Amino acid sequence: MRDSLKVLVIMPAWNEAVVIGDTLAALRKSMPDLDVLVVNDGSTDNTAQIAAEAGATVLTLPYNMGVGGAMRLGYKYAYRNGYDQAIQLDADGQHDPADIAKILDGLDHADISIGARFADAGAYKVHGPRKWAMTILAWAISRLARTHLTDTTSGFRACNRRGIEQYVDNYPAEYLGDTIESLVLAIRAGCTVTQVPVSMKPRQGGSPSNGPLKSTVYLIRAVFALLINMTKPVGGRLS
Amino acid sequence: MIEAFVILVTIVVMGIVLAAVRTGTLREKYAALWIVIAVAVLVLAVFPSLLTVLAVWFGVQVPSNLLFAAAIILLLGVSLQLSLTVSMLESHTRTLAEEVALLHAAVKRLQDMNQ
Repeated sequence: MRDSLKVLVIMPAWNEAVVIGDTLAALRKSMPDLDVLVVNDGSTDNTAQIAAEAGATVLTLPYNMGVGGAMRLGYKYAYRNGYDQAIQLDADGQHDPADIAKILDGLDHADISIGARFADAGAYKVHGPRKWAMTILAWAISRLARTHLTDTTSGFRACNRRGIEQYVDNYPAEYLGDTIESLVLAIRAGCTVTQVPVSMKPRQGGSPSNGPLKSTVYLIRAVFALLINMTKPVGGRLS
Repeated sequence: MIEAFVILVTIVVMGIVLAAVRTGTLREKYAALWIVIAVAVLVLAVFPSLLTVLAVWFGVQVPSNLLFAAAIILLLGVSLQLSLTVSMLESHTRTLAEEVALLHAAVKRLQDMNQ
């Protein structure tokens, strides 16, 4: 079934020159037929050049907009170029390209398919406020989506044409907009969600966002993002 | 003496605002509020007893406190308006940046095809 579909891999990248070459090579090796779009989010290194040389289509944003902004551009590209499905993939190699097929299979029975990091596969662990935030979010969004979700902040997710259209209309560019906000708005616009267990690899480079203070701020902003998005008006052609 | 000073300052501010609107550096919708404020201050400077009358009417014991409260509320309004405007501008520049990125890629594709 997938052979006839146009599928786009969207990879937001901000100063990922160290790792993006390997990530794209691994992607090409395991999924050679997929179109790859790298959204260069105002990088100051040669991320764009490396990505282009690896055969990806590159869109360069004139300044850094954050993952949410980069993703919205990615979905806009997918929408305008008539893609049937789109899947997000991190540039830092944390997402295993071998899981792509599994996540895309999830789209057979839902509009959005999330690669969940806790669902039995791999050894992804978090602690403290960040864990509480993820637990609260997973519980609240599961209720909203009327399905059991364990990892709602995963950036490893795919959506079908309906999801792409919805994202272009509602895709938020706020803090955490790329994960929570986009998901809540999509569910409220009528999209269905499913999750697929995936494993997470350690980052190949760059620094992870951690520390107790940062995690607490994350918790507060995450809960705020959740609450505000429950009340946001949902526009677009679906609602 | 202080009245004369306040009147002078108000007139200068009003002059700057009007000149900015004339030359197009300030949009009329943002100038309107400043002009209203300037006129109000001007009226109060010319007729200071008006403030006492207003204070009694509002039930404020010290007239100057009425002035401060009014100033705070107005400035709150102005800064809120500015925040809203900045947010709107941000969303506009975001959309423009997206279009620029898409066009840039499209142009490059065309150039590559022609070579």
